[in-house]
Amino acid sequence: MASDDVWILGIAMTKFGKHPDKDTLDLAAEATMAALRDGGVTMAEMGVLAAGNLMGPMGFGQALQKQVGQTGIPVYNVANACATGATALRVAYMTIKAGEADYGLAVGAEKLAGAGLLAEGTSGQANDTWTPSGRFGAVASVDGRIGTETMPGVFAQIGMEYGHRYGGTSFELFARISEKNHAHSTLNPKASYQKRFTLDEIMNDIMIAYPNTRPMCSANCDGAAAAVLVSDAALKTLDPDQRRRAVKVSASVLTSDPYQDGCQVLPDINTLTRNAGAKAYELAGVSPADLDLVELHDCFATAELVHYDNLALCEPGGAVDFFESGASWRDGSTPVNVSGGLESKGHPISATGIANVWEVATHLRGEAGDRQIADAKVGLAHVIGLGSACGVHILEKAAA
Amino acid sequence: MSHAVPFVDYLVLDDHPHLTAHECRSCGARFFDRRNACASCFGTEFSTVDVPSEGEVVAFTIVSLAAPGIPVPFVAATVDCGGTKVSGNLAEVPPDPEHVTLGMKVRLVTVPIGTDAAGTEAVAFAFAPVA
Repeated sequence: MASDDVWILGIAMTKFGKHPDKDTLDLAAEATMAALRDGGVTMAEMGVLAAGNLMGPMGFGQALQKQVGQTGIPVYNVANACATGATALRVAYMTIKAGEADYGLAVGAEKLAGAGLLAEGTSGQANDTWTPSGRFGAVASVDGRIGTETMPGVFAQIGMEYGHRYGGTSFELFARISEKNHAHSTLNPKASYQKRFTLDEIMNDIMIAYPNTRPMCSANCDGAAAAVLVSDAALKTLDPDQRRRAVKVSASVLTSDPYQDGCQVLPDINTLTRNAGAKAYELAGVSPADLDLVELHDCFATAELVHYDNLALCEPGGAVDFFESGASWRDGSTPVNVSGGLESKGHPISATGIANVWEVATHLRGEAGDRQIADAKVGLAHVIGLGSACGVHILEKAAA
Repeated sequence: MSHAVPFVDYLVLDDHPHLTAHECRSCGARFFDRRNACASCFGTEFSTVDVPSEGEVVAFTIVSLAAPGIPVPFVAATVDCGGTKVSGNLAEVPPDPEHVTLGMKVRLVTVPIGTDAAGTEAVAFAFAPVA
């Protein structure tokens, strides 16, 4: 008897890195066709396409179809900053859950290699007299004059704020989180960087926004990822191999940032993540202790620390102790970012939310090779885009 | 003396330069930008209130890589001014981790930004350590 579960049937990611000879569509098509092949299906079966690409022109989903197969299905072009990939997954999931399609395709792709500093919001103005404009009546760009809007600076403050509230943080602590992720990446052939860094190398590298040095920042690179989702009813009609490798989406959650005091001054990335995690655990019927691995949004080393707390991997206020215990290393009790994370695997923005689901799914399928977390049965993937949007997916291995 | 304009409209340049905020009349939430409604309780009535000029640094970063034209390194901080969080740079303190600490007490100061073609000076604010 079919349930209303939704499964990942096929999933793929390109290698993340510099791909100067491939445009966004090349990358997206590569991931899409690989995901379809992985699932043993074609574009003909897909009932919906959710596509995310932030840097390119409008109509990304349709442009992709014109490369891989135009079947007239509904296309949702989605954007939610760094949570774009998870948003695409969510749209495909909801379509199947609503009974409007048996198969859905979610794709995220980005070309970001060589991009410099990314910042939020307000732009400068070119005038030869000071003229107030915008919602703050600013006479010129405030970034750098009144606070910082750059990503490294915003996320540095978020980590420092945690330290101010609970104590125990230091430049070295944040650098050791980065050390872990770079070490993990040496086992991941899909990672943009697969190089081990010593703690000294990390702390003495170029400072971007204290305490985040260059290796502690997510790596700008090119990449794409795609996933084919399927309804339980349709899965039951497929062959044993397809059913054996299917990964259950036990929870698919998206949140935005609820009002908190001061949240429009320093972004609050904590409350919405905590809310998304809590809802995901409830929907999946699992607790953090059940997780065999977690791929969370380490856009900066300072961000990873607060998400240990936000995702309830530790007690409230206990993120420093959690890290110090070794729990988040690949041989610890809750391996975090065994892929290398955004810092080392890379962060082609729209692809990330599907790529981290690929990582978890690959371990649940027992196909992660050298970096396989033994006997992985349950995993969590998390992304958060500033603004803010948080996507959490909990995945479970198919029952034997 | 040439005319001065505030860098942002929530900075008041009078005898005692200070910041103001829009305070929701229903729930007390405070905002610095032009409002359509209150993000906390959806109210549409606001009062303009003065923000205390002294506070404590609750988060900071020292930015080394910034947009062209921005002098680096600079300290960007979140300052809790008597219960209202404010974003601003720190001034009159060496921009390094030996001198900037979480919890340090600071006070509002004005910072001249430059003069335009009409001879008008733009003045911003920052926070300097309380001696």
